[in-house]
Amino acid sequence: MFMLKLIIRNSFRHKLRSLLTVTGVAVAILAFGLLRTLVGLWYLGVESSSSTRLVSRNAISLVFSLPLSYKERIRQVTGVTRVGAMNWFGGVYITEKNFFPNFAIEPLPLFDLYPEFKVSNEEKKAFLLDRQGAVVGRKLAKKFGWKVGDRVVLKGTIFPGQWEFTIRAIYHGAQRSTDETQFFFSWEYLNETLKRTIPRRANQAGIYVVGVANPERAAEISQNIDTIFKNSLAETMTETEKAFQLSFVSMTEAIMVAIQIVSYVVIVIIMVVAANTMAMTARERLSEYATMKSLGFKWLHITTVIFGESLFIAMTGGVAGVLLTFPAANIIERELAQFFPVFHVTPTTTLLQLLAAFLVGTIAALFPSWRGSTITIADGLRRVG
Amino acid sequence: MNIPLSYSFRNLLTRRLTTFLTASGMAMVVFVFAATLMLTDGLQKTLIETGSPDNVVIIRKGAQTEVQSGVERLQTSIVASQPEIAIGQDGSCLMAREMVVLINLPKRGSNKPANVVIRGIGAHSLALRPQVKLIEGRMPRPGSAEIIAGLSLSGRFQGTGIGEHLRFGMREWRVVGIFEAGNTGFNSEIWGDADQLMQAFRRPVYSSLLFRLADVTQFAAVKERLEGDPRLTVEAKLEPRYYLDQSEAMAKFLRILGITLTIIFSLGATIGAMITMYAAVANRVSEIGTLRAIGFQRSSILAAFLFESLLLGLVGGVAGVFAASFMQLITISTMNWQTFSELAFSFSLTPTTVLQSLGFSLVMGFVGGVIPALRASRMSIVDALH
Amino acid sequence: MTVEREMEVRLKDVCKSYQRGSQQVPVLEKISFEIARGEFLALMGPSGSGKSTLLNLLAGIDKVDSGTITIGGCEITTLGDSELADWRAASVGFIFQFYNLIPVLTAYENIELPLLLTCLSRRERREHVLAALEVVNLTDRMDHRPSQLSGGQQQRVAIARAIITDPAILVADEPTGDLDRVSAGEILNLMDHLVRESGKTIIMVTHDPRAAEKAHIVRHLEKGILLES
Repeated sequence: MFMLKLIIRNSFRHKLRSLLTVTGVAVAILAFGLLRTLVGLWYLGVESSSSTRLVSRNAISLVFSLPLSYKERIRQVTGVTRVGAMNWFGGVYITEKNFFPNFAIEPLPLFDLYPEFKVSNEEKKAFLLDRQGAVVGRKLAKKFGWKVGDRVVLKGTIFPGQWEFTIRAIYHGAQRSTDETQFFFSWEYLNETLKRTIPRRANQAGIYVVGVANPERAAEISQNIDTIFKNSLAETMTETEKAFQLSFVSMTEAIMVAIQIVSYVVIVIIMVVAANTMAMTARERLSEYATMKSLGFKWLHITTVIFGESLFIAMTGGVAGVLLTFPAANIIERELAQFFPVFHVTPTTTLLQLLAAFLVGTIAALFPSWRGSTITIADGLRRVG
Repeated sequence: MNIPLSYSFRNLLTRRLTTFLTASGMAMVVFVFAATLMLTDGLQKTLIETGSPDNVVIIRKGAQTEVQSGVERLQTSIVASQPEIAIGQDGSCLMAREMVVLINLPKRGSNKPANVVIRGIGAHSLALRPQVKLIEGRMPRPGSAEIIAGLSLSGRFQGTGIGEHLRFGMREWRVVGIFEAGNTGFNSEIWGDADQLMQAFRRPVYSSLLFRLADVTQFAAVKERLEGDPRLTVEAKLEPRYYLDQSEAMAKFLRILGITLTIIFSLGATIGAMITMYAAVANRVSEIGTLRAIGFQRSSILAAFLFESLLLGLVGGVAGVFAASFMQLITISTMNWQTFSELAFSFSLTPTTVLQSLGFSLVMGFVGGVIPALRASRMSIVDALH
Repeated sequence: MTVEREMEVRLKDVCKSYQRGSQQVPVLEKISFEIARGEFLALMGPSGSGKSTLLNLLAGIDKVDSGTITIGGCEITTLGDSELADWRAASVGFIFQFYNLIPVLTAYENIELPLLLTCLSRRERREHVLAALEVVNLTDRMDHRPSQLSGGQQQRVAIARAIITDPAILVADEPTGDLDRVSAGEILNLMDHLVRESGKTIIMVTHDPRAAEKAHIVRHLEKGILLES
């Protein structure tokens, strides 16, 4: 009780210094939290992928397509429930700055394969009836002010030309982490157009999204699909959606690793700053520690006082940093929606932030406590005045 | 009358631990600052050096990269008939019809797949890129399933060493040579005969055309003529511009990330410097009083403390830049989002980065020190001596 | 006085030296003397004579090189660090030249500090502190922080803190060194009162001849050797 009183009063002794340190820790913990969230986002596609979906692509690489004839043959594999052809369309809306992911996908299996996209029955029907219809995510629609019935033109980059669509449905994510910034349109529209303009590129699917009933058999089914097309012109490479997403993520891993390292660097920087604060504080109070010792207090008491103050300051900063993270994440989610479809701070991140603050407080107190508890009373008293 | 600089310097030496801690905080910020600048510079340098200033790239209109592009055979001959194209020593046009696709290759060791550019080259491809040199083995024979691999690629991907095989397009491809292309993006590519690769991949069209202008000032005219030709749906870009455009998104991402991080981090380090300088002033109140009593001006006190803080910043800055200079040994390989292909580039330390980093450390020292120094200079002699 | 008094403090052949660079500098050489219970002893001597070192050894905050010190029947030169701390808490009260109060604590809390190491209840502690405040005549100032008190008042708080655990001996290092004449007089009267009324043994290091006058016995130290009185 008394120790607590002493710790709190000591913390407020150099108000400016403590305030500066608390601010520093808060900023660092905030930065740490946001960076962790950023890294987490990278893996969001991986985490929100379904275990009942497989992806078949051309084994050479994604720029090669698969013949449309494969669809029926994949569907006949035991365990497969649905197959849908899908293409990364890569269209540009007005300018390249307005980037959002857009795909051509077969409309019928779309909603069965992706139950996390919630659409009302009327809108679903309208989309299925309109060959030039499009389904867009809620956040994407909000960003450009699109409403059902609006006409949108995308400029093709992979598939040349101006492509016109009518928005027929707006989907809501089933979970907080569902990406609501995507744009889907009918694969038949793409294919029919290609038949007229570039016939050699028609009847080709970029990938097949394969629905399976039992996720435990995913590996076996993947292998069965790939065996069918072994030694053909277009061999397939089938993997779970998770593995497919992960292969994208791992290609940019170097940057993520760098960001991760940097997120620890900020903690080390603030650790050094806090350690400096505590070292200065302890040096100024050495004679007080010596006095307490002369009264019979032991090293454990001194250590408690120093650790207590260090942790009090670090945790105050840490809690402030955590509290700031939520509004900051909201601002990022609102202002930078095209880069970060969701910017959601997970409980793990919050926990890690608090842990980091605790670590900062502990490390900062180590040297001063050692100094405070080992200094001899005679030496400590000599520093008076 | 000025207080000698050694006064500030010795004071830093006296409080060794505090000086060390404060300077290392700043050093880390400078390190992050310098490292991000170096990374962006390295990326830009790689992609700019990839292009030669008098080369022109032709891709399909609307396609941003060679991989997305397709140019029909008929169109290539229209382009080839342009009179501005330079003539090579053998008397033919210096133009290459190329095919570019991505293939998925597993890395050595980790087995993780990455997209690698495979480029089908024409007779003049090498002549158009003087920075590319064969350093081991030989060039692929035309009409054979032979390929050569870029230096930075061959060490990192399975099957890309000399004498090894790669299997794609239902054929085995033998690596017969390794080429070195300096700091350029070609270093991460595989090259083979364009016609053989087009056959293997069942691609009837070229991806891009590359030609050299006899006179680079003619570019605007050629561009206008080609892009206005109703038989063509192409876009012409000078090669350096083409590669610069490809790195734009990534460079922008790195720059924004770097600047944001540095600003946030520098807040922490500046606060650290401010704490240290406030303590320095508080510990030396009577000393300040004595100096003033001897006859030093307020401005001299201000200068002495400010100099101390700037020196603190500079020590951190030098340490940070020194540590960052070792980053030049590291090569980053990652996927370029705009081309979806693997790209390797190094941290590159330019004199500008060194100056900017040191300047940045001085700014941190100044911001951290100015308020405490002002406080020191404003003390009244009587109060300070008490 | 004819009654044989019990010896409270006994020093035998105490030697102490300090390392200065590569040299061993002797500070105290073979000091032996005794102090009876209820005695008020002043140690005088020029700077560097070793009087503060001697005081530190007596108070158990520094260790002898050789020799023994026995206080109240306990040979403190054989105690370990932790035992020594417990012994200090129970048996010695400290009075410093610069008072050494904890600036963030009130007068009351400063006095209470040593009691926190005992197992007294909150109420018992309060009774003790109030009694000590009474002795030093500062009851009306108990909620002030050290910075709000004059030097003399601060030293009275320090004395109250020193006697709160009812130790047998008090050690004082230049207790009047930082005080004006009037305050110094008050402090010396208070110390005298403690010896007469409470039977404390006080060992005081001082430069101040007026302080020495108050003491019963004055011993002089010079170059580490105790002069015969």
